[in-house]
Amino acid sequence: MTAQTCPRQHQRTTMEIASLEPSLYTVKAVFILDNDGNRLLSKYYDKKLYPSMKEQKNFEKNVFNKTHKADNEIAFVEGMTIVYKCSIDLFFYVAGSAQENELMLMAVLNCLFESLGQILRKNVERRCLLDNMDGVFLVVDEIIDGGVILESDPQQVIQKVNYRLDGSEQAYGFDLFDYIVGNIDGQTDRSQCA
Amino acid sequence: MIKKFDKKDEESGSGSNPFQHLEKSAVLQEARIFNETPINPRRCLHILTKIIYLLNQGEHFGTMEATEAFFAMTRLFQSNDQTLRRMCYLTIKEMANISEDVIIVTSSLTKDMTGKEDVYRGPAIRALCRITDTTMLQAIERYMKQAIVDKVPSVSSSALVSSLHMVKMSYDVVKRWVNEAQEAASSDNIMVQYHALGLLYHLRKNDRLAVSKMLNKFTKSGLKSPFAYCMLIRIASKLTMEALHDSPLFDFIESCLRNKHEMVVYEAASAIVHMPNCTARELAPAVSVLQLFCSSPKAALRYAAVRTLNKVAMKHPSAVTACNLDLENLITDSNRSIATLAITTLLKTGSESSVDRLMKQISSFVSEISDEFKVVVVQAISALCQKYPRKHSVMMNFLSNMLRDDGGFEYKRAIVDCIISIIEENPESKETGLAHLCEFIEDCEHTVLATKILHLLGKEGPRTPSPSKYIRFIFNRVVLESEAVRAAAVSALAKFGAQNDDLLPSVLVLMQRCMMDSDDEVRDRATFYMNVLQQKQKALNAAYIFNGLSVSVPGLEKSLHQYTLEPTEKPFDMKSVPLANTPITEQKTEFAPVATSKLPEKPGPTRQDIYQEQLAAIPEFQGLGSLFKTSEAVQLTEAETEYVVRCVKHTFARHMVFQFDCTNTLNDQLLQKVMVQMEPSEAYEVLHYVPAANLPYSQPGSCYSLVKLPEDDPTAVSCTFSCTLKYLVKDCDPNTGEPDDDGYDDEYVLEDLEVTVADHIQKVLKPNFAAAWDEVGDDFEKEETFALASVRTLDEAVGNIISFLGMQPCERSDKVPENKNSHILFLAGVFRGGHDVLVRSRLALADGVTMQVTVRSSDETVVDIILASVG
Repeated sequence: MTAQTCPRQHQRTTMEIASLEPSLYTVKAVFILDNDGNRLLSKYYDKKLYPSMKEQKNFEKNVFNKTHKADNEIAFVEGMTIVYKCSIDLFFYVAGSAQENELMLMAVLNCLFESLGQILRKNVERRCLLDNMDGVFLVVDEIIDGGVILESDPQQVIQKVNYRLDGSEQAYGFDLFDYIVGNIDGQTDRSQCA
Repeated sequence: MIKKFDKKDEESGSGSNPFQHLEKSAVLQEARIFNETPINPRRCLHILTKIIYLLNQGEHFGTMEATEAFFAMTRLFQSNDQTLRRMCYLTIKEMANISEDVIIVTSSLTKDMTGKEDVYRGPAIRALCRITDTTMLQAIERYMKQAIVDKVPSVSSSALVSSLHMVKMSYDVVKRWVNEAQEAASSDNIMVQYHALGLLYHLRKNDRLAVSKMLNKFTKSGLKSPFAYCMLIRIASKLTMEALHDSPLFDFIESCLRNKHEMVVYEAASAIVHMPNCTARELAPAVSVLQLFCSSPKAALRYAAVRTLNKVAMKHPSAVTACNLDLENLITDSNRSIATLAITTLLKTGSESSVDRLMKQISSFVSEISDEFKVVVVQAISALCQKYPRKHSVMMNFLSNMLRDDGGFEYKRAIVDCIISIIEENPESKETGLAHLCEFIEDCEHTVLATKILHLLGKEGPRTPSPSKYIRFIFNRVVLESEAVRAAAVSALAKFGAQNDDLLPSVLVLMQRCMMDSDDEVRDRATFYMNVLQQKQKALNAAYIFNGLSVSVPGLEKSLHQYTLEPTEKPFDMKSVPLANTPITEQKTEFAPVATSKLPEKPGPTRQDIYQEQLAAIPEFQGLGSLFKTSEAVQLTEAETEYVVRCVKHTFARHMVFQFDCTNTLNDQLLQKVMVQMEPSEAYEVLHYVPAANLPYSQPGSCYSLVKLPEDDPTAVSCTFSCTLKYLVKDCDPNTGEPDDDGYDDEYVLEDLEVTVADHIQKVLKPNFAAAWDEVGDDFEKEETFALASVRTLDEAVGNIISFLGMQPCERSDKVPENKNSHILFLAGVFRGGHDVLVRSRLALADGVTMQVTVRSSDETVVDIILASVG
């Protein structure tokens, strides 16, 4: 019958550090957003973290709102350490737990950014990225596998992906081939989606 | 031709997105060309990209359509286009959980994984493991083993990482690959080394010995990969935290401070900082590398450094003072997170004079930082208030401004908690603090906070000089808020009516109105309080309005359930219900001075309930009634001996149960039939021993002794037991744990165990001590004066009395104000058997401390016991 006292079992405040279980699972999520905060690519490696698409997109919005104004390299959002980088109209994010070594996350971010810089021939901007989305998927796949850092050296990543830039000389060969064998609609289809 | 199109698109602005208006059905339609011959790699590649893009955007694929697309995709394995093949692998991984029968690609993937094209092998392994289950894993086991030790790094890495993912599902299979992983760990490639180390650790982490062997090997041989070094540091720091200080491991971590990779240096510094019981000397090198990082051009490194320094400052502020200059420079950092952390660190380490300046600086950008960091700021302020109580008016101002700003629940709660703690620490800030909180609940969307504040108002408001001004705020809640808040407001109102006679008539009028509330909890409360208040009896007010129930809620629930199961004529006895442990927040202040000697497990709110369950499961202990009190664990051996024994005393109404938690630290012995023989010094009678059947190496076990308390002499509350550990030893093989058949009896002398008066008294917090004092009445009041010659300060005297009697200090009387020569300590508790006992102790400091003790209780014997034990 007494007044309800506030529940005592407070959650741990988000900045508190618990001891870290040694593990290779370093990266919780990686995502690339455009300058309106729209998702271009995102991968979540921890199933318990934001299991639904709605939660993921909310999280991305929240992160975007807190980071897009200033290029500060690192932020702390919703109990997670986020390292990020922007390039023209793109934002690259790597998220890890609060206890994670920030420099490890930075290594992942740098590797992602430099690898993309190479396969996109320095045109790290939205349009070029979208035109070469297959290469971007492959690069991310070579850097992180299920949350484990698979590779951190951009040269190695490039070598493994072995990707040809869309619209470069080799690519022309194919279009020419398509053209010769009379596969016209293949071209129109390409240009529609390109 | 393409260029032309590109240009056109560019003109239309950067808003164009080739994937923007993708229709799932259209894409799946397009996927039909997968079946065309010859395969057109470019187009197929585009379609696969579209499918993956759609999946990535959260588009839902039905099982049917996904399976159809997946089967069509398998045809693409006929093409030799590299990128196309790689995209197939990605599609397989993305669709593994959506499509059916994904295992049909197993043979294609196995072919790629063992083929000649190195570019395919790694990704093929990863895709294959994604669709493999335990039974299939055994089929490809041979290939996996070969892949782990493959000379191509990407193949080896892929195999190791995939194995790691598989550990969760097929531990037993992956465990067989330990030798291959071991071989991979000595690879020259840094990533292979890292992945092998990670896999080895995951396979061995439950075997301490194997982990420490592995650590030894790698710390000696040295590694090339900075990632692997970070992993090693984490493993080492985990081991040092579990065991006591292990100096070779610590030396290894410290040596990493001189590694050439910043990542490793930082990991080592952070590991040292987070080690419990780290000395100032051990901290110093870690702090100095962090200091260097503070001036790094990389924001992430500065952030990491200042965040870690902030942690150090919480425990060892003096260790961070050396960095004050560097931290000052970070205050203006363009990354506000870094600036905030720098300021809050400075607040912890800086002097009182710098507080005003720093606070001003914070307020200039507090609106720009995220909620998480605002909480950090509030926590820093809260710590500061405890350190410099004189600054509380500055802080209070600042906090009230923050309270008015926008912010989430965590943030508001941190502020409210901080204001409440300031009010409790500084009586003179009470009125301003309450005023700020009143203003806050006028527009507060968080029920939890509103009820908390109302509860506080009810507790503190009636005792302020002008209680009437709070009534309006409280009654506004009754009119405007949700049920929970209304109910809390009613309870708060009742307290005003009970305490202040001149307010009583108006409170009764308000109560009357609350009795017409739409919610039954609110109505019930109002009716109940109305009737209690109308009696105008102090004792009733104290028992039912101010101090409430002190029983544990789960305990009450269980007792009532028990009562309904066995119908009797007897009324339900409230005294048979176990008491609630005093709330954690109270304990925190109480234990703070002895934090270093505190045992690792903190007394959680349900600790006693857990013990109650455990004891009830032992047949010998049935029929003892409910558990009255459980003591803190007492060590009966030195820290590093062959056997480690600690004792937890459980007090029941007429019995005590001693629980001995024993650990065998000898890996070549198995102990059996372990028990602790006890020889009491007084008329205590040992009834039963419950031995622990087996005590293998490093697995703690418990044995129990049941002791009957002397019934004829209720004043015999203290007793000393001499204890001996008795057991049957069987030698065993340290590696396998296989014991010999024969054993021999042996014993081991333990330290004496004391039972004191504190074991018979349970702490109970009386929020309103004066009311409780009147409620118990002076029927059995006794008073005596003692001289404590050996005690030099009031603080020391207060501490001694509290720990000796084991009672709960009320009204924050455990805090002695500075520069005072006299002090009154209020203690409350319940004696074994359910009698309330209250102690008022007046202390005066002259030459030594003089103490006048007044004891009140509902039972005379209890009063005598307490006075006798103090004397």
